[in-house]
Amino acid sequence: MSNHAIREPVAVRWTLTAVALGFLALFLALPLAAVLTEAFAKGWGAYLRALATDVTLSSIRLTLIVAAISVPLNVVFGLTASWAIAKFDFRGKSLLISLIELPFSVSPVISGLIYVLLFGLQGLLGPFLAAHDFRVIFAVPGIVLATIFVTFPFVARELIPLMEEQGREEEEAALTLGASGLRTFWLVTLPNVRWGLLYGVLLCNARAMGEFGAVSVVSGHIRGLTNTMPLHVEILYNEYDFVGAFAVASLLALLAVVTLAAKTALEWWHRDELTATSH
Amino acid sequence: MIEVEAVSKHFGDFAALDRVSLCIDQGKLVALLGPSGSGKTTLLRILAGLEQPDSGRVRLGGVDATGLGTRDRRVGFVFQHYALFRHMSVAENIAFGLKVRKGPQRPGNAEIEAKVHTLLNLVQLGGLAGRYPSQLSGGQRQRVALARALAVEPRLLLLDEPFGALDAQVRKDLRRWLRRLHDEMGLTGVFVTHDQEEALEVADEVVVMNKGRIEQIGTPSEIYDSPATPFVYRFLGNVNAVPCAVSGGSAQVGGLHIGGGSVDGVGTAFVRPHDVEILELSPDLPQAVIRLVTVMGPLVRAEAVLPDGTVLEAELTRDQKDKLDLRRGQEVSLFLRKAKIFVGTGI
Repeated sequence: MSNHAIREPVAVRWTLTAVALGFLALFLALPLAAVLTEAFAKGWGAYLRALATDVTLSSIRLTLIVAAISVPLNVVFGLTASWAIAKFDFRGKSLLISLIELPFSVSPVISGLIYVLLFGLQGLLGPFLAAHDFRVIFAVPGIVLATIFVTFPFVARELIPLMEEQGREEEEAALTLGASGLRTFWLVTLPNVRWGLLYGVLLCNARAMGEFGAVSVVSGHIRGLTNTMPLHVEILYNEYDFVGAFAVASLLALLAVVTLAAKTALEWWHRDELTATSH
Repeated sequence: MIEVEAVSKHFGDFAALDRVSLCIDQGKLVALLGPSGSGKTTLLRILAGLEQPDSGRVRLGGVDATGLGTRDRRVGFVFQHYALFRHMSVAENIAFGLKVRKGPQRPGNAEIEAKVHTLLNLVQLGGLAGRYPSQLSGGQRQRVALARALAVEPRLLLLDEPFGALDAQVRKDLRRWLRRLHDEMGLTGVFVTHDQEEALEVADEVVVMNKGRIEQIGTPSEIYDSPATPFVYRFLGNVNAVPCAVSGGSAQVGGLHIGGGSVDGVGTAFVRPHDVEILELSPDLPQAVIRLVTVMGPLVRAEAVLPDGTVLEAELTRDQKDKLDLRRGQEVSLFLRKAKIFVGTGI
């Protein structure tokens, strides 16, 4: 703070800081506190009992399963897509980039509806699926599909600018040294983007576990079967089971806090290996 | 032996290479010299297989390599910005080319380690095996890049602006060192540069390129002493390019007879500053007035104005300047030791 030119009067500095902190308190700290207060309103015992019910446990299990399927798939997709986009030239590249970003600009409810229209009983593939006794909509496959669609851009969007910034020279060097394309990817490209990848996985996972809109459309809300945690929170709340609703919500809030902490830690330690993308 | 036969390469509408043919003998160190956009880097990348030509052929050691991928060519490539693997240590970088080999071709770990050790000593970086690229200076990085390329024992070493990103002193040291290294190892090498001094000092043979074509191929002295085209004249060092007229077999610049010309017409005469000799005023020789005298270390630069207003730059030694007691406004006589005349307009 030795530079006088960039120094504002004390009053201005305090006001700005107060406004920023006030905003943070109002929109972040307060709701978080409210969630915890409601969750623990009837004490630890009630909190734990609320979490230990069968339907709640099954919603937690389903959320974990959905994330465990959709996150790895999106990692594979994100890596291949960003590798192709950043390291090779081909026709339709800008179209591919726009398509990857599409889920960001489409309302999650629409994303869910697409799958209902495609796989629902009245949908395009409905009769075929019904004939083979395979349920997509109102079942786990639909939830996984909707989640993949919504979390599609996270990994790719994190990696594309990073890989583009790193250029192609290291890969070219590996080729001149006799490495195959696949070994070049494993030994050169992947290690160079590992922290960016982890960052993308973190955000992707947070969204996969927290997604409400798209999943709500395809799930059918079958208690104990197709309810993920966010859906379960809504149901409990609508049934006036506030302790139960906020107890599950507190787990999601915990996920958010852990994600935020891990993300900040990553940014702190590996700042130069993550590009200045707009997260 | 490397043969390039009528190779063309376009990027969109831009012709990076236009039917370029070139032959490089075994064991030679060749410079591709030209301004940016002349196609020199594209040619180098085609030799490496990093780009494929639109048409034409490339033969390496007598074998057609045109469609061959980079990894099967056994060429070493040193990039302008080093392209070291940033997450690997110096030793791991150098070992990379050996470690990715498969089956019986892959040397044992002890052998690789010994080789890395030898190469590190060769590039004078013995104590830095465990460092990471970000902990090295530009010159050190460039030497690691070179060691990494040499580790796979390439039959051809390609260097893209190898000293372009270094500061002046490091550049000079490193290029002399590269020349010595080349002599000791007997490799065939091709390097790209836009610096004529670098090309003339380091290379056995210089290929001057412009707008996707080869202007001239020759030894450094051939290129410097008898440039084949006006472009080469202008690109290689300082030169006076003055309008001249040829009539009846005599070429004249501002009333100064500068030599013979076979074709009559108007053209441009090229005279190197050190070929402009300044003499004491003599009635038998053409006259000029000194406009500017600048002392630059051991050399003196002077500008002489001919009666018709043409300005010629001359280079002389301190001794010559002192003898003539050269100063501004002085009237002198000029003698051009050597001039090359290109008849035609737009040169």
